[in-house]
Amino acid sequence: MAAFYYGLNEKCHVFWKRQGRILSRNVGIDIGSTTVKVVVMEEEKILYQVYQRHMSQVRQATLQALAGARKFLEGTKFHAAISGSAGLGFSEDAGVDFVQEVFATYKTVMEYEPDTDAVIELGGEDAKVIFLSGGLEERMNGSCAGGTGAFIDQMATLLNITPEELDSLSLKHERIYPIASRCGVFAKTDIQPLLNQGARKEDVSASIFQAVVDQTVTGLSQGRKIEGKVLFLGGPLFFFKGLQQRFAQTLKLSKENAVFPSWAQYAVAMGTAIFTRGLEKEYTYEEFISTLENASSRSKTTQYLKPLFTSEKEHDEFVKRHHKANVPWKDASQYSGDAYLGIDCGSTTTKLVLMSDSYETLYCYYSSNQGNPVQIVREQLKKIYEVCGERITIRYAVSTGYGEELIKHAFHLDDGIVETIAHFKAAQHFDPKVDFILDIGGQDIKCFKIKDDAIDSIMLNEACSSGCGSFIETFAKSMGYTAEQFAHLGLFSKYPVDLGSRCTVFMNSSVKQAQKDGASVEDISAGLSMSVVKNVLYKVIRARNAAELGEHIVVQGGTFLNDAVLRSFEQEIGHPVVRPNIAGLMGAYGAAIYGKGIYEAGQKDRESTILSKQELEQFEHESKPVVCKGCTNHCNLTINTFAGGERYISGNRCEKPLGLGKEKELPDLYRYKLEQIDALRQECDRKRKQDPAKRGTIGLPLGLNMYENLFFWVEFFRTLDFDIIISDLSSRQLYAKGQYSVPSDTACYPAKLMHGHIENLLEKGADTIFYPCMSYNFDEHKGDNHFNCPVVAYYPELLSSNVDKLKSVRYLYPYLNLSAQKEFPKKIWEALNKEFPDITRKEVKKAAKNAYERYHNQIEDIKAKGQQALQFARENHLKTIVLCGRPYHIDPEINHGINQLMTSLGLVVITEDCVADLVEPVRPNVLNQWTYHSRLYNAAKYVTEHDDCELVQLVSFGCGIDAITTDEVSAILAQGGRLYTQLKIDEINNLGAVKIRLRSLIGAVKERDAHNKK
Amino acid sequence: MEQIKKVPFTKEMKKTHTILIPTMLPIHFKILGNVLENYGYHIRILDNFGQGVIDQGLKNVHNDTCYPAQLVIGQMIDALEHCDLPLDKVALLITQTGGGCRASNYIHLLRKALNKCGYGDIPVISASFIKSEQSGGFSLPISMLLQAVYGCLCGDLIMTLYNQCIPYEKQSGESQKAVEDSVALAQQLFCKKLLRWKEVAQLMRKIIDRFKKVQRTQEEKIKVGVVGEIYVKYSPLGNNNLEEFLLSEGCEVVCPGLFDFLLYCTHNAEFDYQLYGIGKAKAAVMHKVNRFLRNRKSDMIRLIEENSDFQPPCRFENTIESTEGYISKGVKMGEGWLLTAEMVELIQHYKVNNIVCTQPFGCLPNHICGKGVMRVIKEKNPQANIVAVDYDSSASKVNQQNRIKLMLANARLIASSQSDDVQTQKKNNHPKNQEAPKENDSTQHKIKCNAKQEKSTLGFVASQSGCEETNRDIVLEPVGGNV
Repeated sequence: MAAFYYGLNEKCHVFWKRQGRILSRNVGIDIGSTTVKVVVMEEEKILYQVYQRHMSQVRQATLQALAGARKFLEGTKFHAAISGSAGLGFSEDAGVDFVQEVFATYKTVMEYEPDTDAVIELGGEDAKVIFLSGGLEERMNGSCAGGTGAFIDQMATLLNITPEELDSLSLKHERIYPIASRCGVFAKTDIQPLLNQGARKEDVSASIFQAVVDQTVTGLSQGRKIEGKVLFLGGPLFFFKGLQQRFAQTLKLSKENAVFPSWAQYAVAMGTAIFTRGLEKEYTYEEFISTLENASSRSKTTQYLKPLFTSEKEHDEFVKRHHKANVPWKDASQYSGDAYLGIDCGSTTTKLVLMSDSYETLYCYYSSNQGNPVQIVREQLKKIYEVCGERITIRYAVSTGYGEELIKHAFHLDDGIVETIAHFKAAQHFDPKVDFILDIGGQDIKCFKIKDDAIDSIMLNEACSSGCGSFIETFAKSMGYTAEQFAHLGLFSKYPVDLGSRCTVFMNSSVKQAQKDGASVEDISAGLSMSVVKNVLYKVIRARNAAELGEHIVVQGGTFLNDAVLRSFEQEIGHPVVRPNIAGLMGAYGAAIYGKGIYEAGQKDRESTILSKQELEQFEHESKPVVCKGCTNHCNLTINTFAGGERYISGNRCEKPLGLGKEKELPDLYRYKLEQIDALRQECDRKRKQDPAKRGTIGLPLGLNMYENLFFWVEFFRTLDFDIIISDLSSRQLYAKGQYSVPSDTACYPAKLMHGHIENLLEKGADTIFYPCMSYNFDEHKGDNHFNCPVVAYYPELLSSNVDKLKSVRYLYPYLNLSAQKEFPKKIWEALNKEFPDITRKEVKKAAKNAYERYHNQIEDIKAKGQQALQFARENHLKTIVLCGRPYHIDPEINHGINQLMTSLGLVVITEDCVADLVEPVRPNVLNQWTYHSRLYNAAKYVTEHDDCELVQLVSFGCGIDAITTDEVSAILAQGGRLYTQLKIDEINNLGAVKIRLRSLIGAVKERDAHNKK
Repeated sequence: MEQIKKVPFTKEMKKTHTILIPTMLPIHFKILGNVLENYGYHIRILDNFGQGVIDQGLKNVHNDTCYPAQLVIGQMIDALEHCDLPLDKVALLITQTGGGCRASNYIHLLRKALNKCGYGDIPVISASFIKSEQSGGFSLPISMLLQAVYGCLCGDLIMTLYNQCIPYEKQSGESQKAVEDSVALAQQLFCKKLLRWKEVAQLMRKIIDRFKKVQRTQEEKIKVGVVGEIYVKYSPLGNNNLEEFLLSEGCEVVCPGLFDFLLYCTHNAEFDYQLYGIGKAKAAVMHKVNRFLRNRKSDMIRLIEENSDFQPPCRFENTIESTEGYISKGVKMGEGWLLTAEMVELIQHYKVNNIVCTQPFGCLPNHICGKGVMRVIKEKNPQANIVAVDYDSSASKVNQQNRIKLMLANARLIASSQSDDVQTQKKNNHPKNQEAPKENDSTQHKIKCNAKQEKSTLGFVASQSGCEETNRDIVLEPVGGNV
């Protein structure tokens, strides 16, 4: 426990000397999510200040911190108040005044740096921004953007370094990776694959800081620019130089304007002390201490759950039952013969299993990959060679997991398999009748239903429900326990706390609340394991009881080694499950089993291609990050170089950077649609330059409802003799340009991109921007109505009130209904007439006619192209993926090149609208009232009728309507006996997880087809 | 795809079945339940709260669906699990708003959930003005609709008066008693089939008189407006007892009524015709309905004005006007433009600058008409002090309360800078004030003058060293006086 004591610190804090007054002393206590800060002030002078972590022991830590202040407070009366998120309940209990922390910060700033324009304060969990000049405004991050300081701590643990090391490494960065800035969990999903691909720690560290900066700036600026003199406060901003640097650079602040005061981490405590000047209540030291000591917890808001075990006996039975599930272990020194190696390089952990000919484990390894899995595998292989000696021969070595490719290339393994298949192999070996497998790893959750010896459906978690396992581990560490100790404590908790089930960020704040209410470590441990289980059951699997899962349930993954989690799971579903004792090694074990199968089916007496003992000695590994310039995707590649100059490139979406030459591209409707739009844009640009139209130009932002209707509007306005400027395709840079004016951080990414498109149009010199509001879309007669979703319908309205620059141009966002074809000309004429009085009704009528024609032609063209693609696939015996989404999902910044990834895996890609009209309209069990969403149901129906098609649904994070459609699409597919794959997309730009999903899908389909042939 | 069972509510069931109705607004629903009883239905308004409800919601509804869906469905399933009635004699009623918000899907999600839990045979009634779905045995005759409308208006009246009494009551429990008496009065009236407005007006007068009897102190309290998505705005289950929390912080809650939502829905149908030229016949009918409803609301406002010193709610014409310059009335999904209008109306009509805007986590329409308009509202009304709070089963109460506390801290700062000089002086024990009273007088004055644009006064401080001292005191003055 590090405590920083400062003595008298008069020099920098005395601003105004006033004489001849009775000096009163003021105590400010700031109890944040992780630390306690106490300040004793005498007027402007700081007499004492202390900063220390409280390890959730709020009361003790506060008293301890106050003990140091004793000599300044004894024998005098003083005012005192408490602030901070964890101080809220404590102050209530003790009856001490409470000051909201942002408000406290404001007080401090007004006292010490009154000419500040804006303040950014980061705490353990909350981020705050205060705008001072141009209208006082104070903002805190929304609930879905928590975790700043705590997030940095977690990331440091992930990298297996201290936060201080992370800071110093970050200063040596060469490049910055784009890391999702929506929230800590999302950022983590981006970071882990980077580590596994061998990205430099220096670069990752800086990228972590950048993610914090982006998150703060986007989440809190909301339309106001952070500029002028900016004050940076709070612990993280005081301690981390790297973070300071990133903030100053991102906000483009000069040295004078980026102020990092020496009292940054005490700002809240100081403000609290300043606040007490106005209070009447005075304490003596003894009075105050006893007030705090006697604070009774009156305000309990935490909910409690049933304990895991009611008696010792119950626990004993539980232990005994699970003891049965055992994989035999063989002492390697007693064994000679063939062996098979499985390496599971997961997102947070690396696992190795060396298996004997009769499926015994000879050597096991399970450990956090500490940010560099390659080094770990190397060390372990050395050990394995030692163990093997001359007696054991490795016949086949297989890798799996996130780092499958990297490990396979680095160590010349024989093969690599998708982790889902590896897990299935292991579980099946264990219980041949297994019909449900649940694997909870550090980051990922995987569930498979098994039917007829094949994977029937796969459910993988989304970013929002990830990280449970590693969360428990990091949390345990932060409390000063190992994961095992922590789990054990939870087993006998009497009052497990309910911590919710949304995501780890939310859990973090629930833990805070529980701690405030005095929950013990035991209760939190038990509560956390229950949360993990609820998350899995209700968010990932979406089941409500054991019957929906299966009869033979095998649970595995490192997280299930935690008995508290295991027990919670059994309790929640009310059904016993099997947990193998090698639960954490199942991926590696499965890979080894797979290797044995391949070896036995093939050539005998071959030896594994794995690096020999000698080669291992000379093994070297170096990784270098580069940006691919092959296409507009600008993939972040990591070039791994091994001894002998061998290279392995990761992070690519297509084959281009691998230097294999351009292969014949497979049909891809996503690409086709984009090309059409590109061609149209170029044509418009050309026309504008060569032959300017008489009525001027109209800018159309390319996003949301404009994607599919682009051809309509271009034709319409061209007929009216306007020139058209279409905004560029989205990119990260384009997003960044508009990021500052996004008011709601939980809106979907496609919507947030619109801000960038507007900026882009303005840059291109558009003086009129047209972007209509549309409650209704075209009526395709597939459902009960033909609405747009609220965001698509009314985003133009939001832009008008949040993008100030739009005031300087003509921004037209009339309410229009394209499905009312008869009324449309009149309505649009009315809308345009105000701005363009010379346009006649007749002209508009003609323009509308042309526009409708153009639109329908375009739709027909896409359908025809879709048919060609399907035909091509059938002729070449390829699988077709109906990649379902919304029209705007063809934007490469939104889909992150998933279509390209699919074609590179040998799949033909078509869109949902190609096939939606080929079946009778589906009557789903939900209200089918959105045009774009109705297509999904029909597309799903089409897929169930065609064996060579599979469906993958793209879902933008935050799409509320897809919470309804995904269940329904999945039900339609299940009814037809087909697999449902959902890819949730957001800013997250890493395709590692997507690749695994797609490969799992392909693997499962292959197995299914093989089974059907039998 | 498995077809989900749809069990109709037949005419026979009217006699045999008890209809369970989830709670949103306790006062209103009690009266509305009474109206239904009056028309021969057996009604039970659900009052089960707590973790069981939330758990059932999590288990049975897609967790990314909005929180109100989870709560409403969770409440019904939890009620069925602990039902003392035979399950074959129970029906469920859910309201359906229709429109492009996903909330129109609640009834389907409920049926799915019921099927999943083995309650598929329980009939579900859709109560809707738009009539998205019909149930044979459940009909809404005009006379009953009319009573429901009146009931709703009475509910609003009681709620409005209660909100104005409770923070100031001299004797604790008095206001609550007035509510109970008023509801009892209403129930007495809503027991006949035909009801004339005159009788309702009489009832309203009685209710106003009842509340006038509640003895109130004259102290000044901070007023906080509550707006947002309809369910989390009103339901204590949805908003973690927001009202109770605000009261405990010493605030007066100002909450626009439910009746406005009816006015909003009917107005939208009318406006659709204007915007798009579709639905002419429906628009004509809705126009009439809307005018009728408006008049009844105006009547109620007049009754309050004539009979008491309570602050009446805002006329709907006013509400409509409030959107001008903020949002188009074409935004009609979810609470749509009404939400924006309510915020503006709170600031401009009620003079309530402090607002909590509640929404379920990830609410789609609120991206536009809630969070999306806050910037314009603050721009045009610099005194506005709005906090947006997301509600969700996992969002922690501490987090929510902390944000509301920030809003309240600002509210007090503004209030204290506007409050009486003398009072501030008295309470103020800041040494600086004792030392330089003259300087203070002038600064106090300045602050008062700038009360409306006090943001810029607070924020902008000249950096020339000469002015620094004075400016610093301008800034610090409200701070010192804030007790």
